[in-house]
Amino acid sequence: MTIRRVLRLLPVVPSILLLLLFLLAPVVWSFYASFTDAALSGKAARDPQWVGADNYARMFSDDLFPLAAWLTVVFVAASAVIGQNILGLLIALLMTRSRKAVASLVGTAVVAAWVLPEIVAAFAAYAYFNRDGTLNQMLGVMGAQGPDWLYSWPLVAIILANTWRGTAFSMLVYKAALADVPRDISEAALMDGARGWQRLAFITLPLIRSSIATNLMLITLQTLAVFTLIWVMTAGGPANASTTLPVLAYQEAFKFGDIGYGTAVASVLILLGMVFGAVYVRLLREQRP
Amino acid sequence: MRRPRKLAAAVSVAAVLLAATSCSPTPEAAENKTLKVVYQKTDAFTALDAVMQDAKKEFEAANSGVTVDLQPIQANDDDYGTKLALAQRSADTAPDVFYEDTFKVRSDVDAGYLLKLDSYLEKWGDWSAFNEAAKAAGRADDGSIYAVPLGTDTRAIWYNKAVLQKAGVSVPWQPKTWEDILTTARAVKASDPNVIAFNMYAGKGTGEGTVMQGFYELLYGTDSTLYDENEKKWVVGSQGFTDSLAFLKTLYDEKLAVSPAEALDANVWKKVFGEWFPQGKLAATVEGSYSPSFWQKGGAYEWAGYEQDMGVAMFPTRNGQEPGGVSMSGGWTLAVGAKSKNPELAFQFLTTALNKKNALAYDINNSQIAVRTDVASEAAYLAANPFVKDVSDLVKVTHYRPATADYPRISSAIQGATESVITGKQSPEDAAAEYDATVRKLVGEDKVLEK
Repeated sequence: MTIRRVLRLLPVVPSILLLLLFLLAPVVWSFYASFTDAALSGKAARDPQWVGADNYARMFSDDLFPLAAWLTVVFVAASAVIGQNILGLLIALLMTRSRKAVASLVGTAVVAAWVLPEIVAAFAAYAYFNRDGTLNQMLGVMGAQGPDWLYSWPLVAIILANTWRGTAFSMLVYKAALADVPRDISEAALMDGARGWQRLAFITLPLIRSSIATNLMLITLQTLAVFTLIWVMTAGGPANASTTLPVLAYQEAFKFGDIGYGTAVASVLILLGMVFGAVYVRLLREQRP
Repeated sequence: MRRPRKLAAAVSVAAVLLAATSCSPTPEAAENKTLKVVYQKTDAFTALDAVMQDAKKEFEAANSGVTVDLQPIQANDDDYGTKLALAQRSADTAPDVFYEDTFKVRSDVDAGYLLKLDSYLEKWGDWSAFNEAAKAAGRADDGSIYAVPLGTDTRAIWYNKAVLQKAGVSVPWQPKTWEDILTTARAVKASDPNVIAFNMYAGKGTGEGTVMQGFYELLYGTDSTLYDENEKKWVVGSQGFTDSLAFLKTLYDEKLAVSPAEALDANVWKKVFGEWFPQGKLAATVEGSYSPSFWQKGGAYEWAGYEQDMGVAMFPTRNGQEPGGVSMSGGWTLAVGAKSKNPELAFQFLTTALNKKNALAYDINNSQIAVRTDVASEAAYLAANPFVKDVSDLVKVTHYRPATADYPRISSAIQGATESVITGKQSPEDAAAEYDATVRKLVGEDKVLEK
């Protein structure tokens, strides 16, 4: 019996090994390196020293880290939790009521932003928000003089860009969830005289609660990790006004060659993701009595 | 019973395959050596690529059985440095010969990336042709040479004669003080508000360009300095630092320079060379001696009229004090990897790439100031463009960056200070105070000097 069970596990061993090697090992290495002064150049590159929690202590005395942490929270809350999530839900709701042709047209337009490779989407967003970009040209046609978005409103620009790019995912999740809501419950509520918003708030939303939690978890983690979009659009500037944690980690590790501090920032980011993940998993569990 | 047998068969096949591929050094393979050469190449910088291609042909013809594997990295200076450092971390990926910025030599020697070249240079006849200042560019703190320079450069004011003349400024123009620059710039602005009167790079977007072609010309022209070479300490709290920031503030506040938003664009230099100077939209800026390489035939922004239209002036000291001008020098070198398996061969390739013929071609095509005396006296070099003499003379007033391991962060702190000032986020005094605090935190109290 036991031999059989071991043999049955055999086919998955390679994939488990690969997962450990390529997913867990870098995380472990990152945690380890964050306690050293590993660097790209200089003496520390030849012989990295164990420095204990120095990198973490420096993080909290550095002005840039709290700023980057705050910008990350704002970016995630505005572009994922509010932007992608609510917009995705709205579009999905509207699509269930609209004509088929309209629904598929809207669906295609929204999904188009999502199927673009990240670097292409980032350049498209850069071209759109640029000083002489599409947005300002359109404003110009209407006689308005647009600001230099990437310079004056960098955070707004990257939030809008990330909302644009990621809404399709939420929309698809909610479309699938709404399709599973039983018609008869809605109809029963309608007979009882519930208005549209009442049916949404008391019938539909509670029924798709687990989809909402799953969706929130996935897009939060995705948005925490957004790097290319920001790097291409603003590179964290001007004056660090759009430096989120992934951008900060990259700058520290690769621009200044301070691998130790860069991995410390990355480790905090991993912890932040785990906290979000744990919260959402808990939410999911509570919903299933 | 069938399954185990199949498995055993598969395992033995795999073992045989592994054995066949891993350990079969035939005599032929041992003779076939490969040299990995890493350098930078961009759409605007192909001069080195051309030299490397030539050197590869020359070297492979002279050494049969040796393959030179050229691996150009397409990236800007910052990213090139990062990519090179990442490759050097492991012996499997480390290059045998590579292109190295002079200001990274010391810190990369500390990291153990560069091979000590003293014993090789002794046997190389051409080494005596290099001038002494240039030899020092590859010297580390221990006094040994680790890198051989390709060329050097200086910085000067480049101005468009036609634009200045239109504003009633007589050419050749040579400002004697900072005030002279402002007076001329205001005159240009008054005569045509659409012209950028006097630009100096600022902010983090242009990276090292901000300090090398901008802030240092100002700072080293005051009585202050960035780093005390004798005491080996960083200078903080100097009036010159604040004054230099204030000068940038004046340029940007009075709109004599580009808009702050344009200044923060990492690609602003491409507009300077490619659009604004050729189209007469820019009167003057601080740029490197390599500027003609962009405009000459085959350059990234070919411009037939540059020889007539452009002029060069020395950047003045603040009040015209001695020595009357300021310039900054950098330059790049070739070095041999410390982890190279064929150091002898790698050094030979380096000497081929830096021989007189190749050095001459590189210095002409990339508008570099020659470091080999035999190249510097070549007629072809002197006739490469009308500015060779002007920019070579600036070597007399030039400064070098303090290339310590802390330097990249200090440089970034200065770039941040200029960015805060031109965007109006901080006053020059506040930005200077923040810079001082950053430097103290970076290098420690015992390595700063209050002046």
